[in-house]
Amino acid sequence: MNIGIVVYPGTWSEKDCFYSLSNVNKQFCEFIWHKDEDTNLENFDAIILPGGFSYGDFLRSGSIASLSPIMEKIKVYADKGNPIIGICNGFQILCESNLLPGTLIRNNNLQFRCEWSNIKVANNETIFTSSIKKNKILSIPISHGEGNYYADKKTIDELENNNQIIFRYSDRNGYIDQFSNPNGSVNNIAGIINKRGNILGMMPHPEKACEEIIGGTDGNLIFQSLINAYSRPDK
Amino acid sequence: MSIQKEILDEIAISKFEYGEIVNKLKREPSQLELGLFGALWSEHCGYKHTKKLLKKLSDDSNDLPVKLGQENAGVIDIGNNISIVMKIESHNHPSAIEPFQGAATGVGGIIRDIFAMGARPVAILNSLRFGLPENKKNKYIINGVVSGISYYGNCIGIPNVGGEIYFSKTYEGNPLVNAMCVGIINNNKIMSAKADQSGDLLVLVGSETGRDGIHGASGLASKTFQENDELRSAVQVGNPFLEKILIESCLEAIKLEEVVGLQDCGAAGITSAAIEMAERSKLGLMIDVSMIPQRESKMNAYELMLSESQERMLLSVKSDGFNKVKNIFDKWDIKCETIGKFIDKSSIDIYEGEKKLSSTPVSALTNPPLYDLSKNKPNWLNILQKTDLSKIDIPTNAPKDILLQIITSPNIASKKTIFRQYDHHVQTNTVIEPGGDASLLRIKGSSKGISLSTDSNGKKIYLDPKVGTLIAVAEACRNISCTGAKPVALTDGLNFGDPEKEDVQYQLTQSIDGLIQASKIFSAPVISGNASLYNESNGNSIYPTTIIGGIGIIENANDHVNIKFKNDGDLIVVLGHSSAWGETNDLSGSEYLEIIHKRVQGQPEIDLDLEIRTQKLCRLGIKNKIIKSAHDVSDGGVAVNIIESCISGGIGARINEEIINRWDAALFGETQSKIIVSISPDDINELTILANQNSVPIKSVGKVGGDSVIFSDLISITLEEVAKKWDTSLENLLK
Repeated sequence: MNIGIVVYPGTWSEKDCFYSLSNVNKQFCEFIWHKDEDTNLENFDAIILPGGFSYGDFLRSGSIASLSPIMEKIKVYADKGNPIIGICNGFQILCESNLLPGTLIRNNNLQFRCEWSNIKVANNETIFTSSIKKNKILSIPISHGEGNYYADKKTIDELENNNQIIFRYSDRNGYIDQFSNPNGSVNNIAGIINKRGNILGMMPHPEKACEEIIGGTDGNLIFQSLINAYSRPDK
Repeated sequence: MSIQKEILDEIAISKFEYGEIVNKLKREPSQLELGLFGALWSEHCGYKHTKKLLKKLSDDSNDLPVKLGQENAGVIDIGNNISIVMKIESHNHPSAIEPFQGAATGVGGIIRDIFAMGARPVAILNSLRFGLPENKKNKYIINGVVSGISYYGNCIGIPNVGGEIYFSKTYEGNPLVNAMCVGIINNNKIMSAKADQSGDLLVLVGSETGRDGIHGASGLASKTFQENDELRSAVQVGNPFLEKILIESCLEAIKLEEVVGLQDCGAAGITSAAIEMAERSKLGLMIDVSMIPQRESKMNAYELMLSESQERMLLSVKSDGFNKVKNIFDKWDIKCETIGKFIDKSSIDIYEGEKKLSSTPVSALTNPPLYDLSKNKPNWLNILQKTDLSKIDIPTNAPKDILLQIITSPNIASKKTIFRQYDHHVQTNTVIEPGGDASLLRIKGSSKGISLSTDSNGKKIYLDPKVGTLIAVAEACRNISCTGAKPVALTDGLNFGDPEKEDVQYQLTQSIDGLIQASKIFSAPVISGNASLYNESNGNSIYPTTIIGGIGIIENANDHVNIKFKNDGDLIVVLGHSSAWGETNDLSGSEYLEIIHKRVQGQPEIDLDLEIRTQKLCRLGIKNKIIKSAHDVSDGGVAVNIIESCISGGIGARINEEIINRWDAALFGETQSKIIVSISPDDINELTILANQNSVPIKSVGKVGGDSVIFSDLISITLEEVAKKWDTSLENLLK
């Protein structure tokens, strides 16, 4: 696959995404500088908006990045049904750009949280989860101060009814409650997709869990699902 | 001399030193020049009380890629064309006054030191010391410092992989906030913060210069301070976002051959940074302050030269290279301005536009008077050391109750509530996360890994500054050896009281002596360091706290072990001693003695030869894949050691060895050179042979397994109970 990784000033997980997709998964990756006018996104089979603190998260997480020149192209790219993954700050940017519903507010414990989270795969019929068993518990690190997913009741109901919530925080046995929720997200939401199913936003960092030596490979299941979906003959 | 005492006090220059300035200049300095001298002759920049003591260390560093103290940070070559850049630095007084920004900018400053060498920063560690968390003001400082570190470090994308947090009344009102940063670089890419030749430009990049942090180095870091002093303006305010893009843009810019050198603008701002560059280059310098981009209006030359506004770097650039350099900073929307040039003279000439404000010899500015320190041992120390510990009552409480008291005390309890606020995974190199002995990072593109640790025990250094420092180095190295890595270099953070007091002079002399000796014995050179003096709490000097940052190399990162007990039935084996249990003198300066008996007494001891052999055995056992887990005995003694390996491994253990000595010393004595490992029962013969070959006593003392922790016939406690208490007590205290 040919994967474009968008870099804003303040982004910091672009190299981690690059390493996981290129060195570990042997895919072709390229950085896209957010102001680069010559970039043609059509050259890419998928786009990743990585984590970090774009523009220092001044004003609101992801809000300034959502106004950057690259976003218009990303919207066109998304409208054509191409795959996009927003990780952590990338998820926040997707919400700020209205490519995904809802928003991410301050963690309810009012602290930054870095730890291995357990997330339960609630929907495996997506291009991002197709190689994972339904209800499997993935162990993937989180690293955020504003990962508390919030939306009004109508939006949440829609997400629930359309199976758009694909990851929920749980304990290691898959039990979902407030104690297994690290940030206060509504319904323990850790990751959602848009209605069409081509845009994923998630707070945990799959790129930080692609090799045994750094603690586990569960995050790689998400990348592998995407790669498998791309290489399927019916694509 | 007509100078007023108040003016000198403000910049912490004594009457005598003022006289020296006049002698060197053969005239009175102007106000601007006095500001320059105040900064460069400050304890913080000039090392007036420590330079003579550190000379031996710097002489020992002649063979290193960079001589100690010569550049922004130290460098150690680890083979395969890879070098590690490392340094520790303190930000104590700013953190006392403004905990959040003080700690945040401490992190920012040390990161700039690392990338000034051209290296990419790959890890941060923090060594923190606070007053007791029960106290409201201390709690405010603790939570402020931790959130400041979290705010700054997380935003930048450098993992915070470890360090230590320690609480004692001695640090009340004067916390120690030491930050260590580690970077990786190719050997041939190491930068030097100097110019090539006269005509090279002095270019300032990054933040605009404001009025923040004026007198940070002189007034704040180099004298004791009263709480009600109006010093808040001497604390800088950090912008981690700007620092992040400054790292990326500078690392991009140094690829240009037009960029000759890179220098952090840290303590004493442009003054110190620019003049250090001139000194290294053996050139003079002209600076036009009107070219410095200003954040506030009507700033004068004095303010511009001494401001400690954060996130600024100085570059030396070839005379025709400015435009190419500026293009890169333009891409990142970062200010970039030529503010001066290197000249074929031996002076620093400061201009404001056309108007020449001053011309001062570099050598006068960079050679403050150096002081000799007293070596007299204070009598009170003899009394503390000679306490007969065997006369201390053995508690009549149930041993389990005492154990729970120790386990839930802030120095022993889990620090998870703090380190989970720091990103420790970013850059995807973290093999061993915080919470164990030392952390371990893999190096991408190589099989190697680096192990990192910071260590100090103020109480033991207080009881014997030399032995306590030997112990601090030994423990930093022992932590590294417990991962399987071999210690190769050290960085030191000296945190002491007022160096004009005789007791503190004795502590400094002895501690640095210990550092020199330990560095030699461990073959781990001190490659960088920092001294923070004038640390006092309520008029008393803090415990002398020599913080040791250590780095070790493991040839194959896959071969590491951690502290977790692994499999049911594994043997628990003591390395370095022939008993699991501590002895009476191991209670010297122990946590137990302070928590239960409210005493800080005794004579700490260490046998460095045994230490070296024990660490070597541990590394060999790990390399030969015999040892499955390794954890050294330190604060809280063997009881705490076993419990930590049980909790982190999620499995119980039983120590069978009979307790003959007093049980409190057995469980809580802080024996040095003792490592507890677990191995498969099949491997005991092989380990015994290895131990005999290396002349290290070992003893098999128990087994891994079950869901309780059992100490002989003395204590049995369920893992669940002890884990819950250990895990949550600090979090509850800090609420």
